[in-house]
Amino acid sequence: MDEPEPTTVSMAPPANAPETGGVHASSLVAQPPAPRMLPSGDLSRPARRRGDAIFRMLAQGSGALLLVIMAAIAVFLVLQAIPALKADTTSFLTTLGWAPDATPSSFGIASLAFGSVLTSLLALLISVPVAVGVALATSHYAPRWLARPLAYVVDLLAAVPSVVFGLWGLMYLVPIIIGPSSFLNHYLGFIPLFASNGTYGKSIFAASLVLAVMAIPIVAAISREVFIRTPRDQIEAAWAIGATKWEMIRTAVLPYGRSGVISGTVLGFGRAVGETIAVALVLSANYEISFHILEPGGNTIAANIANRYGEAAAVGRGALIASGLVLFIITLVVNFGARAIVGRSGRGGAS
Amino acid sequence: MKLPRHRAVLGLLAGSGLLITACGSDTGGGVGSPSTNPGGAVAITCSSGSLTAAGSTAQQNAVAQWIKDYLNKCSAANINYGGGGSGQGVQQFTDGKIDFAGSDFPLAAGTEQQAADARCKTGPAVNIPMVGGPIAIGYNVPGVTKALNLSSSNLAKIFSGKITNWNDAAIAQDNPGTQLPSLGIQTFHRSDGSGTTYNFTNYLSNDAKADWTFGTNKNWAAPGGQGAKGSQGVAQGVKSTSGGIGYFELSFATQSQIPYAAVGNAEGKFVPLTQDNAVNFLSKANVPGTGGDLKLQFDYATTDATAYPNLLVTYEIVCSKGNAPDKLPLLKNFLGYAASPAGQQELTGQGSIPLPDNLQNQVRQAVGSLG
Amino acid sequence: MTLAGEASTVGSALIRARLSRWSIAAIAAGAIAVTGILFATTPMQGQVGFLLVAAAVFVVAQTTASAVVEGRRRAKDRLVTSLVVACSCAAVLPLVAVLGVTIIKGTVVLSGSFLTHTMRGVAEQDANGGIYQAIIGTLEQVGLAALMAVPFGLLVAIYLVEYSSGRLGRVVSFFVDVMTGLPSIVAGLFIFALWILALGQSFSGFAGSMALTILMLPTVVRSAEEMLKIVPDSLREGSYALGIQKWVTVVRIVLPSALAGIVTGVMLAIARVTGETAPLLVTVFGNPALNFNPFSGAQASLPLFVFGEAGLPNETAINRAWAAALVLILIVLFLNIFARILARFASVRS
Repeated sequence: MDEPEPTTVSMAPPANAPETGGVHASSLVAQPPAPRMLPSGDLSRPARRRGDAIFRMLAQGSGALLLVIMAAIAVFLVLQAIPALKADTTSFLTTLGWAPDATPSSFGIASLAFGSVLTSLLALLISVPVAVGVALATSHYAPRWLARPLAYVVDLLAAVPSVVFGLWGLMYLVPIIIGPSSFLNHYLGFIPLFASNGTYGKSIFAASLVLAVMAIPIVAAISREVFIRTPRDQIEAAWAIGATKWEMIRTAVLPYGRSGVISGTVLGFGRAVGETIAVALVLSANYEISFHILEPGGNTIAANIANRYGEAAAVGRGALIASGLVLFIITLVVNFGARAIVGRSGRGGAS
Repeated sequence: MKLPRHRAVLGLLAGSGLLITACGSDTGGGVGSPSTNPGGAVAITCSSGSLTAAGSTAQQNAVAQWIKDYLNKCSAANINYGGGGSGQGVQQFTDGKIDFAGSDFPLAAGTEQQAADARCKTGPAVNIPMVGGPIAIGYNVPGVTKALNLSSSNLAKIFSGKITNWNDAAIAQDNPGTQLPSLGIQTFHRSDGSGTTYNFTNYLSNDAKADWTFGTNKNWAAPGGQGAKGSQGVAQGVKSTSGGIGYFELSFATQSQIPYAAVGNAEGKFVPLTQDNAVNFLSKANVPGTGGDLKLQFDYATTDATAYPNLLVTYEIVCSKGNAPDKLPLLKNFLGYAASPAGQQELTGQGSIPLPDNLQNQVRQAVGSLG
Repeated sequence: MTLAGEASTVGSALIRARLSRWSIAAIAAGAIAVTGILFATTPMQGQVGFLLVAAAVFVVAQTTASAVVEGRRRAKDRLVTSLVVACSCAAVLPLVAVLGVTIIKGTVVLSGSFLTHTMRGVAEQDANGGIYQAIIGTLEQVGLAALMAVPFGLLVAIYLVEYSSGRLGRVVSFFVDVMTGLPSIVAGLFIFALWILALGQSFSGFAGSMALTILMLPTVVRSAEEMLKIVPDSLREGSYALGIQKWVTVVRIVLPSALAGIVTGVMLAIARVTGETAPLLVTVFGNPALNFNPFSGAQASLPLFVFGEAGLPNETAINRAWAAALVLILIVLFLNIFARILARFASVRS
């Protein structure tokens, strides 16, 4: 039996021979495993149970260990954050500035959290439709000669390090974006989002674009993996009753892939909201809240940590850790919401 | 059938691993650029070991030159200067993670000094001045390549957002005969805790008292403008933004061909930025401290029109006692080279300025007495 | 639902007219013409803008024409096809831009000498120097991180899919999701505060690896979990029916059939982690000279090197930054291709 390509592409329009999905089951059932794998004798032999018991302990232990590590991280960070929060003389949630090591200590995450959420949401808004489109292209639309290279190309985007994106964003995207930004401001400036004071370039808009470019391959890769594993029989059933390609996708592929797309999106959001270096390079940080995404300014929690960690004394470090914990909570809320939408689906697709 | 393939793959991995580790060498390679002071090699005493340091980006170019001279002669040494800004350097020194810090402002008396002393355990942490650096006010105004005259009060107004256009009457008044375009001013300041900010705001607080109300601080306190990390970030910002203006050490301006201004002194006279003017101002500084304390106090009130008042001095913050024995020889020899006449002479090629002679003697004494 | 409802119109759809190729070409030409007129008469300008507007006009025109001639279902289908094509272009374009720029600028200083020498004793404006120390550092740090994260992450995924039932499994799964949102800088800060400050260790490559492991773990677990879930239950049941033990089933049957996807997930995790700068900034410190020992002393790292050189305002440093970025991308590319070859060998064979 020939091995399917790892990440690409069962292309076929229905006329061609079926390719990869579901082949494993049929091949295995057709040829039973080599006789030496069958245990002989009594089913309750100790050796047999021992192997299972050890492996079970290993697996369960790993799960528990992960929880322990997570708990340790959380506890340690909270212990570091609490003294700083106590030392803060102004409200942590609503203060705009950042001066934790001054006397009196005053810092707050209002502008930082706002910036993190805004840039990530804008990034997802741009990247998820594009990513799903590309995933559909590589799994169902493109002819085979095009789909493989296209999938490689999109995977390549995931390979580009964030610091290179930051460099590219700073040196190329920021100058290029000045034209379209002033265009947007000229024609759509009545919308508060696009109002501006006249300076374009390093802005939330630029940062969101860079984050979107970074999130696309993640969402696309996960979505593609799920789309190509859509059960063959459902696709062929749709073709059989005369659906157009879009209708087939809408009824067979997308529902099957929904949870995959959503988990890909959540992963993409996690990536965007935690992105540090690219944002630090492309944003010219200030501590204000503004919806004018075309103006210079804006700050995110992660970029603030990167900019300030070096000179932070004990209170400063605690303050940065506290802001990091807030970021944690934001991601938690998003995860929780995603799970509620998707509902944890069971194991194994239709077989 | 699977196994031989696995073995082949593993063998390939191991082979490439060996190849990678064997084929490089720990030198710069190539021709490199000739040292600007070949005779300076004589002043170097070699030691082995490795030093880790970090801090002021203003002295980064100078330190890089010293390291280059030292390592070219001494192959058993390794010196790693990490930059990151004065605030970061002091913090890493206090945490005990680096051997000395470069800082454009001396350790603040009180908690900062105490924390640093606690790191040194057996002796206090001291500030040893090593590099003088004029702070250039660089700008990017199309059509203007010569030095503009910017008075201290105009600078204060520009950097606090009160003057917003390059053709403002106040600027034009000081620069008759220069065509200033109507272009918005984009100010750049340091987003990290910076000794350059500290010294620049010190100059503004002293020479532009009426217009600068934000005090002297290593953290930028005025509203508006764009923040950038490190002197190099500010220089990059100014270089790439039309209408940009920022403050950074001279070497960054000359490296990137950014024009810089002649600034106004306490009396309002415009002093162009030249090596001699900077050295002149530095020589007027006095050392109010006693004993091994070499903190400098600048004379911002001077009316000498050949003393460029916007200056910083970078201190090497180091333990006077209690240095690790395997690091002490390299520390003394490296800092000794930096403080030697040959090492100080190297600075002029970098855009920094050497310390005045009498101060150099005190510095050499301080380095020699490190323990 | 709608599919059944629309089935009744199948008959009429089969004999409805279709847009011919030349009519589509005509629409395309018309779109370009309209855009040209638009650009000549309004202040809109720029090549990129022209392409975007022309594409938009074409899509609108094609969909309308299709709706009129072929019916709504096919019009929707054409619209979606156009959008999918547009999305593919939108995804490919930034990659072409980034790679193109990196290759063009990176090859200026890239040479054998650049790859086999270090920055020891090299000032930033000097034309010599190299990234050997950074390559070794990155390989060691990422290698250690993968060594720690992959087996552990795989075991957790196996636990989640094969062994968990009820609350503990849900809790673990939930926290894996939570860990995905941990910012890379916070992971670095955690290792900095715990390992370097509280436990008094020095900056080292190993500290960086630990931070990278924390970052890799959730991605490995997540994608392994998804791939293991997708393996059909019939495979497992067939195996149990033949009397095969559970752990043998998992190791010899379930894992290999999901291996291709798992390897992809692992490589994605390694790719992401190879380019992480922020956690390394805090834990590894950087070093212009060579340091083969990841367990003691500051080490260099490729992304850290790029970040450091990129911030310098002179040409030689920025060229070095681009060259290092190119090398970084090539290393990750090599890792990716290597992983696919590995997956091909290791998948289940009968």
